Parts: sequence; C-alpha cells; structure tokens
Amino acid sequence: MTVILNQSFTGISIGAVLLLIALGLTLTFGQMGVINMAHGEFIMAGAYTTYVLQKSISSAGVSLLVALPVAFLVAGAMGALLEWLLIRRLYTRPLDTLLVTWGVSLMLQQLARDVFGAPNVQTHAPDLLTGNISLGGGITLANNRLFILGLALLCVLGLTLILRLTPLGRRVRAVVQNRDLAEVSGIATERVDRTTFFIGSGLAGVAGVALTLVGPIGPTMGTNYIVDAFLVVVVGGIGQLKGSVITAFVLGVLQSVLEYSTTVSVAKVAVLVAIVAFLQWRPQGLYTLRTRSLA
Amino acid sequence: MSGLSISRRGLLAGVSAIGASAALSACGAKTGSDTSSGSGATADTSGSTVKVGLLNSLSGTMAISEVTVHNALLLAVKEINAAGGVLGKKLKPISQDGASDWPTFAEKAEALIKNDEVVATFGCWTSASRKAVKPVFERYKSLLFYPVQYEGLEQSPYIFYIGATTNQQIVPALDYLKKQGLTKLYLVGSDYVFPRTANKIIKAYAKANGMEVLGEDYAPLGSTEFSTITNKVKDSGADAVFNTLNGDSNVAFFKEYKSAGLTAKKMPVLSVSIAEEEVKSIGTQYLQDQLTAWNYYQTTPGAANETFVKAYQAAYGAGKPTSDPMEAAYISVYLWKAMVEKAGSFDVAKVRAAADGIVLDAPEGKVTVDGATQHVYKTARIGKVGSDGLITEVWNSGKPVKPDPYLKGYSWASGL
Repeated sequence: MTVILNQSFTGISIGAVLLLIALGLTLTFGQMGVINMAHGEFIMAGAYTTYVLQKSISSAGVSLLVALPVAFLVAGAMGALLEWLLIRRLYTRPLDTLLVTWGVSLMLQQLARDVFGAPNVQTHAPDLLTGNISLGGGITLANNRLFILGLALLCVLGLTLILRLTPLGRRVRAVVQNRDLAEVSGIATERVDRTTFFIGSGLAGVAGVALTLVGPIGPTMGTNYIVDAFLVVVVGGIGQLKGSVITAFVLGVLQSVLEYSTTVSVAKVAVLVAIVAFLQWRPQGLYTLRTRSLA
Repeated sequence: MSGLSISRRGLLAGVSAIGASAALSACGAKTGSDTSSGSGATADTSGSTVKVGLLNSLSGTMAISEVTVHNALLLAVKEINAAGGVLGKKLKPISQDGASDWPTFAEKAEALIKNDEVVATFGCWTSASRKAVKPVFERYKSLLFYPVQYEGLEQSPYIFYIGATTNQQIVPALDYLKKQGLTKLYLVGSDYVFPRTANKIIKAYAKANGMEVLGEDYAPLGSTEFSTITNKVKDSGADAVFNTLNGDSNVAFFKEYKSAGLTAKKMPVLSVSIAEEEVKSIGTQYLQDQLTAWNYYQTTPGAANETFVKAYQAAYGAGKPTSDPMEAAYISVYLWKAMVEKAGSFDVAKVRAAADGIVLDAPEGKVTVDGATQHVYKTARIGKVGSDGLITEVWNSGKPVKPDPYLKGYSWASGL
C-alpha cells in the first residue's frame, strides 16, 4: 500500500514536470500550430535566469520567487523576438519552421556555452524545499516535488482563466478557430500571435525555474525535455489544454509504475510503445478541436 | 495560418528524427576503420625538443572533468621542462580536443601520431574514448598514458593504465563496506560499459562474501529523473548504496536522495566517480558524510602532495581542488619520463621494456609500475565528504595494491 501511494505521488510529480514543460507548447504548438524546436532553449533560459539571480540575491528562497516572474519575462521576450524575426515569415511553411527553429536552438545552446561555460551549473534550493513531509506509514512527499506540482497547477489555472475570461483570451481563441474571420472582424491577428507566443515561451521559462530544483542547469538541458513535451501535446490533442493536463499525469504515473516494476529503460520503451499504439487508434489525440487551421 | 497543414505523424517523425540524429552524433562510437599499413610510429626525436600529445575533451559534456586533467598534464610538462627536460630535450605539448566525441578521439589520436610525430600521448577519460583510440595506438605502435580509474579486463601493450583497476578501487570499497557491517547493497549506475561491468564484479564479490545485492538500477547517461529509483532504494531495506552514476546524473540523484529523507547516516552512498571537482558542482549540502573510493584525495598527507597542490593552485588559482584523475595524469608524465631515462631512449619498445619496477614518490604515496600488466601499484583509499567540500580519508589499504586487471587472484571472479 505504501509502495502504491509513494509511487502514485512520484508519478504525479513526474507528470507535473511534464505538464510544466508542455504547457507553453500547448499554446505555441497546440493553439498556433508553430513547431518551435527552440522551446527547450526557453526552458534553459529560465533555468539560467534562476542561476544568475541566485548569484546576485543571496537568499535562495527570495531568488527563487523573484526568478519565477523574471524568467517568464526573459523567456517570453526571447519567444516574442523569435516570432517577430523569423516565425511570422514562415507561418505557411511548417517544415521550414521546424528546421529554422532547430537552428535557432543550436545557436542558443552555443550562446549559453559561451556565456556560462560548457560545464553544467547548479543552484541551491531553499532549505524549505530540500526536505519532505512525512504522512506516517512510510509515506513521504518531497517538498520540491510538491512545489512543482503546485506551480504546474497554478500555471494551468492562470492560463485557463486568461483564455476563458480575458479579452486577450477571447481573441486568441477566435484566431485559433478561424483566422480569416477573426481578421475581418477587426482583430489584429499579428499582435495576438506575438502575445500568444510571448505567453507560451514565458511558461517555458517558468518550467526552467522549476527544473533547477531537481537537476543541473546546462546548455543542452532543453533538448532532454523537448521530445517529451511534444509527446504530451500530441497525445493530449492539439489545441486542447485539458488533453495535455490529463496526458501529462497519465504518462507520469505510467512511467513511474513501470519503472518501479521493471527498469528505467524498459519503462521508457513501454511508455513510447503505448503512445504509438494509442496514436494508431486515435491519431487526433485525446481531445480534438475542429478548426480549419489544422489538418 | 490558414495554409498550415501538416499531419501529426509527419511531425512526430520529424521531431524524433532530429532527436535521434542528435543522440547518434553524441554517442556513436567508431571501432577502428583499419585500412592503412601497420608500420610503427615514426616519432621525431632529432631536434632539441620532442613533442608529447595531450588528448582531452576541452569541449562538450566531459569538459568539466577533462579540462582539469589537461591542466594537470600541462603543469607536469612545464615542471619537467623547467628542470631540464627529458634526456636533455625539452617537451613541447601538443593539445588536441577530443570534444567528448569518441570518433573524434580516434581521429585526433591519429593526427597526433602521424602529423605531429609525438613520442607519447597522455589523456582520455571515458572508457568509450579509450576503446576508440586503442586500435589507433596499437596500429602505429605508439604509447598512450591513461589517467582514470576504469572497469579493468583490458591490457593493451601500447597503453599504460595509471588510474586504478577494479581490484584497487571497487574491491577494496566492498571490503570496507563488509567490515562496517553494511552487507545489503543497492546498486545504482549509469547505463553504459563501466557501471555494468563494475556491478557484475560487485555481484560476484557479494555472492562469495555473504553480502546481498537487493536491487540494481541503471539510468541513461544524463538522466535527471531519479524519484522512482530513490523510492526503490528506500523500500529495499538496503544498508548502503553503491553508486556508479557518472556526470550530472549525480546532481539529480543526490537532490532526490535528500528530498526522500535519506542521509549518510541512514543509508550511506559509496560513489566511485565523484571526486573533489564533482563534489563542488553537486553541492556539499547534498553530499556531506557520503563515502567515495579513490587512490588520492586533495587531503592525502605527504610532502609530495603538498608540493603538487601548491603548484597546481599557483598555476590555476587558489581554491581550485585537485582530484584523483588529475593526480594520476600529473604523475603519468613523470612515470613516462622515468621510463625514458631508464631506457636511455624515446623508442617505444625500449621504453616499455624499461617500465617494470619504476618507482615514484607520488602525491598519492609510493607508486610502482608493474611491467607485466602496464598498470601501477596504488594504495586504495576510502574517503568521507566533509562540510568544506574536501574529502578526508577514513580507511586505506595500508600498502600499495598490486594491479590485477583480470582479477586472476580472486577465486570468486573466475566466472566473469
């Protein structure tokens, strides 16, 4: 029983990490249809932002809290700049976007290597987040995982509220559902695109801050997560927030349960096989949004 | 976006193809594309200087460790030159960047031997890079001095192994755990040749010595997700963890380990790939009081080590730590020098013949070259990580241990 409870929590916490890294992609890839291979580098930018802030702010707790909004702005600005410089010129050429953003991702990795050095760096987690909460009976919840879970849920909530309730959210949805009609109705679609991209990339930055709590910060850290992030969005169904949320947690629990009963490599393979089988059965993903912009 | 149409399957194929190509370029290993003739090396020893090759990863994921080894090699070369060189000739170091990529290592090794005509080469870190350059050195009959502990079961006539083999590091570490009464072990390692071979040896040892291996888990190199492995370790009821993780995975593992409420007191972790440099980058808070197994620590007593640490910090900055592979690299140049001087020649065959019995008062203590295996006698040392990030010795083997790369002297290892 203890094992099952501990492993479920582990699965949910893996799911929370997956959700955080995929959340930005549900906007830029899911809503806008842009295949941005440099998304992982925005995660990296968020992580390095945390590192830089911790160097100037001595308190680990304060610097972490400051890093969240700052990383959002830094990664968001990078995203908006990328959109303005390159992606908006390639909206009708998705495969070219893939190659161009992959090139950008390599350049950003090299830039990070030049600025911060090739070796990976670490941040110090605040003491509050290095311990765990014991629920008795051998069940423990690691504080850093709880923090990431909370952060992921907060981001989902915030994003849902923005999309549902704000004028910006209404415009984003309108553009996703029918770009031409939105445009003739007087919506500045270009500006909406840039804002959406800003928010999506910013969320990657927030994910980067969270990842500093579990692993090292390095120039190639983004590439470790980018494939997982795409998997979550594709399985969840393009353009659907709730699909990504469910998928992230299901994949997380699946991974942790399989990993517990077999080995890491076997679990990874089994999860990928399950995803392939699922997409054979349901190529459109868990949920679908009928729009004209996506085949 | 109206014209945007791409099938999801096409996209997945594209994304995974890019991922796969990146992974391939990172770990593709070339296994000797031998076509040229097997003529010996033609080292140029006619001038007033001779060239020595330094082959380390100065970029890429291994740079964190290998740059320090490169620094230690340069320091040794500089010191030897200041003292008059070898056989009256100054050494000219030629650095080549292996770039953490094994085929590149093979290419650069060939360039050093053929183009630069070096008299000997020093370097390599991962076993994968050593395996990649081994056929090159054998084909050209040129010498490589390898400075890192490794998994044993190898003995090339053209490689001198200056780091520990298994019976000088892993076996003494197991002896130590057994003596402490920590007989139930959990094995955690990275998924490649060194940890898998090491764990095979550990399991054979455990079986013959009444120890129990309760579990064994491997994570891909570079993996940062250790929550499940930590849960398994925690639930296993093991006395100690034997850790053969390499590189940055250690950071994620030890963070998770602490989050799960596990400590050095409850369940100590003995690591064989964490030295002073890595302690600093993982963070002392996560590693305090955990155990390591090496042959040298920065704190190892003795005049030779004091001189080495002082010289290294004078050259590369106060507060820079020295570690076991750095020390092995540093002494490898001195050992080569002693061999050459005993042989009276730079000729590879004569140097090899002169190697047996060369003794050096090294920072790690007395080391002796074993001519038969081309390894060195080394003292095994178990250390504990202190709050200052340095490692203090808690046990040593008393005298240098004879190298036994194939574990012939251990009856339990006969089935390996």
